[in-house]
Amino acid sequence: MSATAQAHVEDHADDHGHHHEQTFITKYIFSQDHKMISKQYMLTGLIMAIIGITMSMLFRMQLAWPGESFTIFEALLGKWAPDGVMDAEAYLALVTIHGTIMVFFVLTAGLSGTFSNLLIPLQIGARDMASPFLNMVAYWLFFLSSIIMVSSLFLEAGPAAAGWTIYPPLSALPMAQPGSGMGMTLWLISMAIFIASSLMGSLNFIVTTINLRTKGMSMTRLPLTVWAFMITAIVGVVSFPVLFSAVLLLIMDRSFGTSFFLSDIFIQGEVLHHDGGSPVLFEHLFWFLGHPEVYIVILPAMGIVSEILATNARKPIFGYRAMIASLLAIAFLSTIVWGHHMFISGMNPFLGSVFTFTTLLIAIPSAVKAFNWITTIWKGNLQLNPAMLFSIGMVSTFITGGLTGIIMGDSTLDINIHDTYFIIAHFHLVMGISAAYGALAGVYHWFPKMFGRMMNKNLGYVHFWITAVCSYGVFYPMHFVGLAGVPRRYYENTAFPMFDDLTNLQILITVFALVAGIAQLIFLYNFFHSIFYGKKAEANPWHATTLEWTTPVEHLHGNWPGEIPHVYRWPYDYSKTDENGEYIIPGQDFIPQTVPLQEDEEEMLH
Amino acid sequence: MTAFLTIIVLVLVAIAIWQMTKIFELSLIKVDNSQVANDTDNKNNGYLMVGFLIFIYWITFYCFWKYNKVLLPESASEHGYDYDQLMLITFVILFIVQALTQTLLHYFSYKYHGRAGQKALFYADNDRLEFIWTIIPVITLAALILYGLYTWTNIMDVNDEGDPLIVELYGQQFNWTARYGGNDNVLGEANVRLIDIDRSNVLGLDESDPNAGDDVIVKELHLPVGRKVNFKMRSQDVIHSAFMPQFRAQMNLLPGMITEFSFTPTITTAEMRLKPEIIDKVKRINKIRAEKAAKGEPNSDPWEYDFILLCNKICGKSHYNMQMKIIVETEEEFNKWMAEQKTFQDTMASTQ
Repeated sequence: MSATAQAHVEDHADDHGHHHEQTFITKYIFSQDHKMISKQYMLTGLIMAIIGITMSMLFRMQLAWPGESFTIFEALLGKWAPDGVMDAEAYLALVTIHGTIMVFFVLTAGLSGTFSNLLIPLQIGARDMASPFLNMVAYWLFFLSSIIMVSSLFLEAGPAAAGWTIYPPLSALPMAQPGSGMGMTLWLISMAIFIASSLMGSLNFIVTTINLRTKGMSMTRLPLTVWAFMITAIVGVVSFPVLFSAVLLLIMDRSFGTSFFLSDIFIQGEVLHHDGGSPVLFEHLFWFLGHPEVYIVILPAMGIVSEILATNARKPIFGYRAMIASLLAIAFLSTIVWGHHMFISGMNPFLGSVFTFTTLLIAIPSAVKAFNWITTIWKGNLQLNPAMLFSIGMVSTFITGGLTGIIMGDSTLDINIHDTYFIIAHFHLVMGISAAYGALAGVYHWFPKMFGRMMNKNLGYVHFWITAVCSYGVFYPMHFVGLAGVPRRYYENTAFPMFDDLTNLQILITVFALVAGIAQLIFLYNFFHSIFYGKKAEANPWHATTLEWTTPVEHLHGNWPGEIPHVYRWPYDYSKTDENGEYIIPGQDFIPQTVPLQEDEEEMLH
Repeated sequence: MTAFLTIIVLVLVAIAIWQMTKIFELSLIKVDNSQVANDTDNKNNGYLMVGFLIFIYWITFYCFWKYNKVLLPESASEHGYDYDQLMLITFVILFIVQALTQTLLHYFSYKYHGRAGQKALFYADNDRLEFIWTIIPVITLAALILYGLYTWTNIMDVNDEGDPLIVELYGQQFNWTARYGGNDNVLGEANVRLIDIDRSNVLGLDESDPNAGDDVIVKELHLPVGRKVNFKMRSQDVIHSAFMPQFRAQMNLLPGMITEFSFTPTITTAEMRLKPEIIDKVKRINKIRAEKAAKGEPNSDPWEYDFILLCNKICGKSHYNMQMKIIVETEEEFNKWMAEQKTFQDTMASTQ
């Protein structure tokens, strides 16, 4: 491969010049440069997010005004909305693909893919990933799986519509639902490719973090972002293969007549030959990934938020070691709590007790994180940049959404709110909105690093405040819909007079959702406009200490023009003072990691 | 409602205009175009943080005040009382934590907003503080876990003590069927492979099983008040979930396996309809339905309060309308109703 494949840690004296010419294709398309791959992930994730969010706006309109005719339905859904009235199958397809796209394509690949690729090499002082080639393949597999998923929308019988959890037998039998035909086949193929991509990416992240740290960059001098990305990658490597096995067995059941998940089925007038399989087995396999998956989504956001809070508070992150310990604890516990999605699945109730216990344990490291974040901004000198606002917003939604998790995670309380709108409100706040805030914070913060220009801060402020108000406006009242007993994935609630008095509430939620969705156009405009016309960025606009800000604004292969910087201190020396209360470096409230310890300066015992 | 929406829209528009004018001003003066927050930004956003905190509190109280009445009424089952109790305690704890942490977060964001010359405190660690906020959640959660597991074990203990009524709930796309054990209160063996639509053996009962003959198959679930009911659940096609929110009861139905749930109804349908909160709810809803009827819309007939069984696991196109009425009545009424039903034997005989 190209010379960039050799990113040497010990390669200090080499100026790492690249004398070969880059063509358009090697630079922008089949690029092996982690910074370009990061941008590719971001752009793909952004397009998928637009599709996913648009879908949510469509089905929110159906929920608020059931059976109403909308021109936009007819325009976007075509035959799925005869005379502009959304079809029930189309509704299920929309919620299914919305879930799939947002969880996997936006918040897993879009978030981890973008920021792990960008920040791991830059923040640990490496010239590129351990295997830039594998990195490129990972992106293109992700791209391929996105294409397959999106193309399934155009099938005659419609895309997968069995919910994003695709529980068989519904997902296994085309006669149970038209979407379980070709649509589900494409869903499964797309996810299989996605898992391959995710594994390649994750292995690369882990190896790079362990092997390619620059001199002086001990594990306890890593920024929390890198810790979070690495732990996320480990969780992915542990759990994604299990989803692959579930997908594979489901493909076997669907196409080769096996009975892993199917048994005793009578449908459309005939008995199927399947015997001895168990849908509960699928649920176990699915949630063995499915639950860690929500942490795969939220851990990178936690890392990003920790970094941005510290930088903009001009204070060290509070409890650096506790933050790492809680990341590890959350990652470990996340792999042994999957059963809390299955309390009433027919699983042995004793197992439910065990999973309640492990699930509520996970609240402890989460609480530690929340308290540490709050203490980080206490007595700070908060620079309320848009990235900082989104980080504070993330802490707020993470607490609000996380607290209701204590209700969901309690097997007893789960009985009556399982699969109602309460769970929708819970997970959208704690993982959807929080992870999205983390991603947006990351975009605002590292935009100057990615594109060499600044995003407009005022548009950023408008974007944040509208989004913040609307997020609560959508998901806070939604808890009440759930407590009233309204099940999720209902095309309309008009068949139940007892839900009639919730109509106003549904309209309120939808109005907030539509405003929030439209407000994202401000972000899109700001994002694309700033790429080309934004103000040119300085090398270190936020006065941060980490290594990525020591690289030149103009991107170059290998990241640093000269030798790789050495690291002498942890990444959170903000506002550190000497005995006289003066900053260590006079007139500057931060000390980059590359600055050696000063005379008489004590190193933090972190 | 409309007023509320108007206020929200006005606030949003105001924020937007205020920010837009600022952008305009900045583009005119061309000073401090660094796109990094300056003291004015810090101050303004600090104030907005306080505003946002008020918004969070306001939406909390507003929702509780306005939507409290749409929540499920008091539980109509015995264990439901414990369930509601546990829910209430958990909610109280959560609200205390929520109020505290959100206040600290947003107040600090305002209080310590950046100012020229302000020095942040270099404060990286405090073992005692961290110990405190680890141990408090540990104790609280330990209490919640123990209480929760105690309740859970009681609810999920399906046993034959106290002569429970045995009822099979049978799910298929997209309707429910219930089967009673009949005089012997024992369900006959059944399997989907024995389904014979032509002879209307729709549940696949084994005709050679002596327990099957007196089974009663119905499309409306009747339960005697005060007697424990043990549900055996079976699905013939995809996963369904038997959700009975008014009884705080739910269990999935899976093809190839029998799942169980058990509860004791404590309030009859007739008694429930006389509760003040239910009378209010029915009045409220019938008013909405009358308005709909005036406009000639569907689903607008006057409504009487009923217990209901819903499907709560996505099962296909008509998932949203898979329901069965539940009627809780006195022992005598139940026996009378039961005596009027045809047994499986009778049904089979009539189709021979």
